[in-house]
Amino acid sequence: MSNFMNTDVLQAVRLSRTLDLASGPKCLLRDVSFRLEQGQILAVLGPSGAGKSTLLRMLNRLDEPTDGTILFHGKDYREMDTRHLRRRIGMVMQHAYLFPGTSAENVRYGPAQHGDGLADTQVSELMRHVGMAGYEDRDVANLSGGEAQRVSIARALANQPEVLLLDEPTSALDDASKQDIERLLVSLVRERNTTCVWVTHDVSQAKRVADLVLKLEGGQAAGLGTPQELLDA
Amino acid sequence: MLRLLFHTQVSLGLGQAAAVAVLAILVARFAARRGANIGKEIPLVLLRGLVQILLVGLLIAALLRGPWWTGIPVLAAMIFIASTIVRRRVPELPGAYTLSLLCMCAGAGGVLTVMTLLGIVEPKIIILIPVGSMVIAQNMNIQSLFLNRFLGEVRSHRGEIESALALGAAADRAAEPYLRASFHASLIPATDNLRSLGIVWIPGMMAGMVLSGSSPVYAALYQFIILGMIFTAGGISCLTATYLAPRRIFTPQQQLRPLS
Repeated sequence: MSNFMNTDVLQAVRLSRTLDLASGPKCLLRDVSFRLEQGQILAVLGPSGAGKSTLLRMLNRLDEPTDGTILFHGKDYREMDTRHLRRRIGMVMQHAYLFPGTSAENVRYGPAQHGDGLADTQVSELMRHVGMAGYEDRDVANLSGGEAQRVSIARALANQPEVLLLDEPTSALDDASKQDIERLLVSLVRERNTTCVWVTHDVSQAKRVADLVLKLEGGQAAGLGTPQELLDA
Repeated sequence: MLRLLFHTQVSLGLGQAAAVAVLAILVARFAARRGANIGKEIPLVLLRGLVQILLVGLLIAALLRGPWWTGIPVLAAMIFIASTIVRRRVPELPGAYTLSLLCMCAGAGGVLTVMTLLGIVEPKIIILIPVGSMVIAQNMNIQSLFLNRFLGEVRSHRGEIESALALGAAADRAAEPYLRASFHASLIPATDNLRSLGIVWIPGMMAGMVLSGSSPVYAALYQFIILGMIFTAGGISCLTATYLAPRRIFTPQQQLRPLS
């Protein structure tokens, strides 16, 4: 009954990750929980080493939780096919990490992994959405940092993810590109009503973009609430 | 000059080996003074190499009296030892020993078996062991190059690999560009050996055959056969590694393992 009533898209349940190192166990994240409904943006805020990227990587299952789990539409994500899960929970990293080739080839990469092709018009539409119309045949080696990040956003969106994970997507960019990419991401996420987890260390960015804020310190949750509750105090 | 001092073949050989070792040590000392970190290990490496090759000489001398198949356990032992050496080149790769063993069994083992069955390598101890050891040793080098390059590529392209995984790519597909680059790089020496054969170098085995009275034309053809076997064995072992290596660096959940 409770599952039937559950409208959460994404729920982290006491999520923890501890590494077994030769020097002893190292806890990267401990007992972090939150729930997100459709279209909500959660900003994960904290200093370097707080566990922000660890959390995001676990949400995409690039890393495995050592305790706790993640529920995706109420279902334990470990029971799902990993590749299918990653298609539904997309990720944009701090650096674009584009694959050698053209912008269009990068955009087509995700759907191609699942046997789907994108028509030229669909590629052009995605490129237009990220402000890169006309760049389809451009070799990615010749793109600026901001342009490359736009293509990496289009590449993630090509999979039509229900959740978008953003790992400090503007931190490696110059100030002008930072603002452009931030505006672009907010408009894309709002327009598509995509649920989003946005890792940032920039408090003002968290205030601008988020519906909810999760503060992490030393791998533990130091607060979860609205930006007004947590950041205006 | 050494022939005036040494009167038996063995004593002459030892004298010649000592002279070459002195030269190598002098070069190593000179290199150490220029900052290369090889000075201390060279005398030990030379001594170890000399002892090993002498033991092989003694072993071959003993085996010559036995049936041809006694060469099989000797070659198998060489593959086992070669796998240990490959593992040392890539200690951070989980299961590197088993991986190398399987790849070299498929490569060197497979090629030697087929060539022996076809009669291209005569089933005689005096041929089987020297030819087999050349193929295994080169296969070991190719295998080391492949795995070393592959791990280097994975380390330096971790972001690209995880981006591919995050987009839903299968682990094999995410690693494919780096497997391809490693495959190509590891076969460059074997390819160049074939390309420059007879122009840049005259291989030791051919020189040895000519010195022992074989026809130079047959010696040349046989040397080509050996290099062809080395290339084929290397290709097969690396091809096998392209299937097996990704399983060592990714978890069953298609996560890239941390590599130190």
